[in-house]
Amino acid sequence: MKQVLEGSHAVSEAVRLARVQVVSAYPITPQTHIVEAISEFCSDGTMDARFICVESEHSAMAAVIGASNAGVRAFTATSSHGLALMHELLHWASGARLPIVMAEVNRALAPGWNIWTDQTDSLAQRDTGWIQLYCEDGQEVLDTTLEAFRLAEAVNLPVMVVLDAFFLSHTFEPVDVPDQDTVDRFLPPFDPRFRLDTKNPCAFGPITGPDRYMEIRRDIQAAMDRAPEVLAAVEQEFFSLFGRRYGAVDAFLCDDAEVILVVSGTAAATCRQAVGDLRKTGERVGMLKIRLFRPFPATEIRAILPKAPKVAVVDRNVSFGAGGIFAQEVKAALALHKGNTAVYSYIAGLGGRDITTATFQEIYLTTKDTPTPPAESVWVGLAQEERA
Amino acid sequence: MHEIRFHGRGGQGTVVASIILAKTFFETGYQVQTFPLFGVERRGAPVEAYLRLAEEKILVRSNIYEPDYVIVQDPKLISLVDVTRGLKPGGWILLNTPGPPTDQGPFEGFRLAWVNATGIAVELGLGTRTFPMVNTAMTGAFLRLTEMAPLDTLLEIITREIQAKPEQNRKAAARANKEVQLLGPVP
Repeated sequence: MKQVLEGSHAVSEAVRLARVQVVSAYPITPQTHIVEAISEFCSDGTMDARFICVESEHSAMAAVIGASNAGVRAFTATSSHGLALMHELLHWASGARLPIVMAEVNRALAPGWNIWTDQTDSLAQRDTGWIQLYCEDGQEVLDTTLEAFRLAEAVNLPVMVVLDAFFLSHTFEPVDVPDQDTVDRFLPPFDPRFRLDTKNPCAFGPITGPDRYMEIRRDIQAAMDRAPEVLAAVEQEFFSLFGRRYGAVDAFLCDDAEVILVVSGTAAATCRQAVGDLRKTGERVGMLKIRLFRPFPATEIRAILPKAPKVAVVDRNVSFGAGGIFAQEVKAALALHKGNTAVYSYIAGLGGRDITTATFQEIYLTTKDTPTPPAESVWVGLAQEERA
Repeated sequence: MHEIRFHGRGGQGTVVASIILAKTFFETGYQVQTFPLFGVERRGAPVEAYLRLAEEKILVRSNIYEPDYVIVQDPKLISLVDVTRGLKPGGWILLNTPGPPTDQGPFEGFRLAWVNATGIAVELGLGTRTFPMVNTAMTGAFLRLTEMAPLDTLLEIITREIQAKPEQNRKAAARANKEVQLLGPVP
């Protein structure tokens, strides 16, 4: 049934419907509403789960690693500094091949102290072996969280469901919350391939020398390589039950576009509006939303972006010294393609600065009017006097 | 699409008012989207919340810069915050104030409505005399401005959403709905 639901609570509802057995988390704005609701579900019996209160995010991840290793479905949520503190254990979760699902609310890192949206926190974890999915609206958050458990348990890798602070986490909008029976058909109980079992004792995470370590890493890479195919199959099943699907990427009006705007997160929704408005004035512009960031959907991207002579990647993140992170990945994906598509890189909306339809119009017009892309990322919407 | 901006103070139920209205319009058949403008919330500090209503799916997810309606929960905010900032010409401004505003200069070119939400809240025992909870009264008054959703739906939502003093909150919304004064265009 459709109800007006906060983005954070779209995650909480999905965790309830997924019959998660162990949740451990440490509160941090803007993630707190997610675990607050789950904590209530656990205490009032709505969920048959253990909520483990801990003293830090590092311990929260440690607790869900233990739970997952014991063979139960486990979930946590965090943001920004909390995710940064988890960094060491993110590697442990993926290395141990544990299908943990985590909601990550994008929030800027300090200083200056900032609680608003910015993707640099989650993208800084791109090499930890976690699958990453970036969401556009509340419905996608709920649906992606449900899909995440299926995906994680199929490939034995942890999944991060990423949502923008406030523009998604604290926004109320109509969301269809499915019934438990249908979700149970989509998501059966977790059936672990391995678990801590006193009747069958074995060691986990022992020392692994140069003779073994590399193959284990190769296996993680192979699991990542399988993820897009598995996601497509999971989404096909999700679609047959719920009538919704999202794809690894989503192309909107790209076929005849002169410029394709490449976006992720809630900026994709605003970009759809901007593209629609520009189309009405005769501009040939399209949009490609990247939902799956790890593994990077290079094949899907190569099937769409070369249709246009120009591509403008809009990054709400920055890798200092290298520029927009999605832009780097898009350029790498297109390097294998023999076409002439030029990639323009823009940085916008850091630390919660608003990205509006006017932002996309400006980026579109700049890209259209600039014959060749600058070598560096172009920063959009800077206050002149604040330039260093 | 209709865009509404709320001005209130931290702890005054501004965000709750926007959520109650969102749920009311959703039940009436509209697509809705509401969110607060996030500061680090402090009791008494000026806060803003946004509400969008539309017939079709709402795509844009940025803040509201050119609202069709502005709701001001505390009249003293007018000297602190530019409450008509970006308000569309002819747009409505709904004020909580004890009587008709004597100086209508700041509202020139807009349409003005007022309601004594503080008086209603204090009489019904909502909040305290120094910190009255005016949010449900303001939602009732707002429905008269739009005529887009029935009062009964709002009252049902208040029953569902407000745990403290639901009966008094329903009464506050109904009274404000009746008593709000629509002065119309300010020349």
